[in-house]
Amino acid sequence: MTPLLAVSDVQIRFGGVVAADGVNLDINAGERLAIIGPNGAGKTTFLNICTGYLKPAAGRVLFEGRDITGLPPRSITRLGIARAFQIPQLFLEHTALQNLLLAAAARERIVNPFRILDRIRERTEMLALLELVGLADAADQEAGGLPEGSRKLVDIAIALALRPRLLLLDEPTSGVSSAEKFQIMDTLVKALAQRDVTAVFVEHDMEMVTRYADRVAVWNGGQVQMVDTPAAVLADPDVRREVVGV
Amino acid sequence: MPKALVHRGVIAALVVLALTMAWAAPWSQVMLTLALAKGLAVLGVVVLLQAGQVSFGHAMFFAAGAYAAAFLGKAMGGGDLVLLLLAGVLCSALFGVVVGVFVVGYRYIFFGMLNLAFSMVLFSLLEKLYHFTGGSDGMRVARPTVLGMEMERASFETLLFLLTLTLALVCGWLVHRYLRSPLGQALGAIKSNETRLEYLGVSARQVLLVGYVLSAVLAGLGGVLVAAMQGLVTPALAFWVRSGEFVFIAILGGASNVVGAFAGAFVYEFVRSYAAAFAADIWQLVLGVVLLVVILFAPGGLVGMYRGIVERRRP
Repeated sequence: MTPLLAVSDVQIRFGGVVAADGVNLDINAGERLAIIGPNGAGKTTFLNICTGYLKPAAGRVLFEGRDITGLPPRSITRLGIARAFQIPQLFLEHTALQNLLLAAAARERIVNPFRILDRIRERTEMLALLELVGLADAADQEAGGLPEGSRKLVDIAIALALRPRLLLLDEPTSGVSSAEKFQIMDTLVKALAQRDVTAVFVEHDMEMVTRYADRVAVWNGGQVQMVDTPAAVLADPDVRREVVGV
Repeated sequence: MPKALVHRGVIAALVVLALTMAWAAPWSQVMLTLALAKGLAVLGVVVLLQAGQVSFGHAMFFAAGAYAAAFLGKAMGGGDLVLLLLAGVLCSALFGVVVGVFVVGYRYIFFGMLNLAFSMVLFSLLEKLYHFTGGSDGMRVARPTVLGMEMERASFETLLFLLTLTLALVCGWLVHRYLRSPLGQALGAIKSNETRLEYLGVSARQVLLVGYVLSAVLAGLGGVLVAAMQGLVTPALAFWVRSGEFVFIAILGGASNVVGAFAGAFVYEFVRSYAAAFAADIWQLVLGVVLLVVILFAPGGLVGMYRGIVERRRP
């Protein structure tokens, strides 16, 4: 079976730092892959390469068999890869709902200048999405005024609003209270399954990894150290020492 | 009373005020027409301000519209007002596309300065190409016919005033709709987070280019109306001082508002006319003080002041 995303021999360096040193990784349709590794291992760089923010010096990225290496983020997004950021990237002067409405309008390239954003037909769908992430009450609040955890959820909701086939999440529940994060992830995982979305998430919390990942890729020094099931990865002594810290 | 109804009532009151003023004091028709025509150019500046970009060269499109009308009028021995308007709109739109393709890749001070540079190139060309443009003397614009009808000066001025008022209302409404559309709201998205916009699959450059060409057309339309009213176009229409004037008025009226563009233009023309009449040597000083007062005490401009008053009265 052709992987949904196939990354082969990708390399990139920033001065003396090798952030990706011959990275090879296949991501299969329908799976949830967690990426773990110490700080500076190149996890976010990998997401930046897959979404076109960084162009690798060598190697190829194939999405559904199509070479997307070096395409700009907007082209890659249109092909079906969406991203939620470690630091939420929102339109701070727009309301939470308008952030999602802009994403919904973007699916149709926002070309019609005479539709009113607040009244587009996707409004109900976007309100439901806000409800899904527990922010129905904050729909009319300016995104800039929301607490960090809520901004993070709006960021994830924006990515979902794009109806992607592959969703890349960078530490999806960092900044969210520990009481809420499992509830949010349960909902998110359910939503991903309903929408048939493949997900990759960078994560530091091993409990989250164990609970929600089908496979885990371990990053170290710009390389993929191992890829296996959560149980196998977390049982590995090297991973436990270098990544988990026990 | 719903807020939208109050706003519509205020706009209707302003229109009635302008019509009453023009009827009671026909001499004011010229001033009102020039104010509204400038208001159209300011509306163009307001569109770009939604994306957080300030153009210090938008007078180039004002001049492009005015000169397009002048050239067509000259070629046709006067021409018709409708054709002059179409020529001005078309010329400023084309010019907007050409300049826009270069400038929409830049932001903030670079965007502002590039616009200024292009406008000064146009200004120099209009001055130096004497045999085509009449140099600093400019070109005369003969009074055009209106749908084939020849008109006396007084009735032409009245008609031009009414046409300018109508165009201001129509363009104001269209821009208001556009700014509330996803495409218009994407301008605000450029201002607050261009990275996220790209990650929605939207080209920030294309969004800004559409806004830029629209703003150029609005300025060009204003330029044609000024050319028709004054009967003369000169390179001064493209000078940087004129561009600064548009930005000045946008801030005076309220940088984020359609009505503010016209209210600001009206107050500006009013203050300028009276300051020039009663304090000829220091009228720029008077305008400067007015701008300082607005920035320091009413950063939301005239519209911000109005909103403050209306919202304070609401429970």
